Amino acid sequence: MNLWMWLLLSCLLAYAWKLLGYLVPASLLRNPRMSRVAGTMTIGLLASLTVVNAVASGQSLTLDARLGALAAAAIALWFRAPFLVVVIAGAAAAAGLRLLGWN
Amino acid sequence: MKILQSPAVRIGLSISIATGLYGVSFGALSVTSGLDFWQTMALSLLLFSGGSQFAFIGVVAGGGSGIAAMGAATLLGMRNGIYGMQINALLRPRGWRRFAAAQLTIDESTATSTGQTDPAEQKRGFWTAGIGVFVLWNLFTALGALAGGALGDPKQWGLDGAAVAAFLGLLWPRLKGREPVAIAVVCALATVLAVPFVPPGVPILVAAIVAAGIGWFSHGRSDEGLEPDVDPYAEQHPQHRHHLEERPGDPA
Repeated sequence: MNLWMWLLLSCLLAYAWKLLGYLVPASLLRNPRMSRVAGTMTIGLLASLTVVNAVASGQSLTLDARLGALAAAAIALWFRAPFLVVVIAGAAAAAGLRLLGWN
Repeated sequence: MKILQSPAVRIGLSISIATGLYGVSFGALSVTSGLDFWQTMALSLLLFSGGSQFAFIGVVAGGGSGIAAMGAATLLGMRNGIYGMQINALLRPRGWRRFAAAQLTIDESTATSTGQTDPAEQKRGFWTAGIGVFVLWNLFTALGALAGGALGDPKQWGLDGAAVAAFLGLLWPRLKGREPVAIAVVCALATVLAVPFVPPGVPILVAAIVAAGIGWFSHGRSDEGLEPDVDPYAEQHPQHRHHLEERPGDPA
């Protein structure tokens, strides 16, 4: 139930951001600082989420099969594979390394 | 059909298919992160912004609290406000259309629209990509959620690896040039340093603060990081993908 509450609140806040763009005066658009913060924060958050999902287990850092997934995804992206292929490459690398006994 | 001769409609449809398809990976990862089918669908129907949705389930999967998941998803959604301002300036939607347009304001619909120069095409591009991605994204989220629920042990299938790949895939198109790469590296380091000291989920918010500080105090491109996950104009302008300054759809 608790998760439902945060989830629905997230949906509400996401819509609030979107709608805000339609309601604020256009002069704000000319303030480049706001869109720059939105952009750098997008990069920072996605980089952070990548790393957390690759090496964090709770509050400890672990090196396991997920690192293989990170490498496989990077290689797929380097060769301009479509998103879904990148995701499958990541899953296959992690599953494959586990089959070989590396957790 | 005459409508299919519009370049914006054609691009909007192809971007809908490309983006909608990867809703499968979101649906499958969401149910294996511990959300149920309807929570997964609520995210795709109501939150409807790929990066924020992946952020929410990514924090939950890592053992983070609901409020940390909300924080990460909400901070990632800020850029949609910037897109809203751009679309509002181009399309000037009125009445109920404004509220519908707001929900459809995401990376892909904005990029499809702003890549066109003719106002009628900008409008067609926005609505085609917005509605198209919405319908297919939700359809494929449901498919993925049903398939993910039937998989059994997610680790055996490498689904935690799939999540890592998904985030890198969302980050990658935004790393055009040296500066965004530097921001990504600094934020990744801040995250790793924070992990042992704060509860799960919080390191992501630490990175967000670092990134916001960089954006606030440094001077650089104001549209940095505001690239779509799937570039609608990549095929027309393939040379743009590894170039530094152009926006997708700018005349070459």
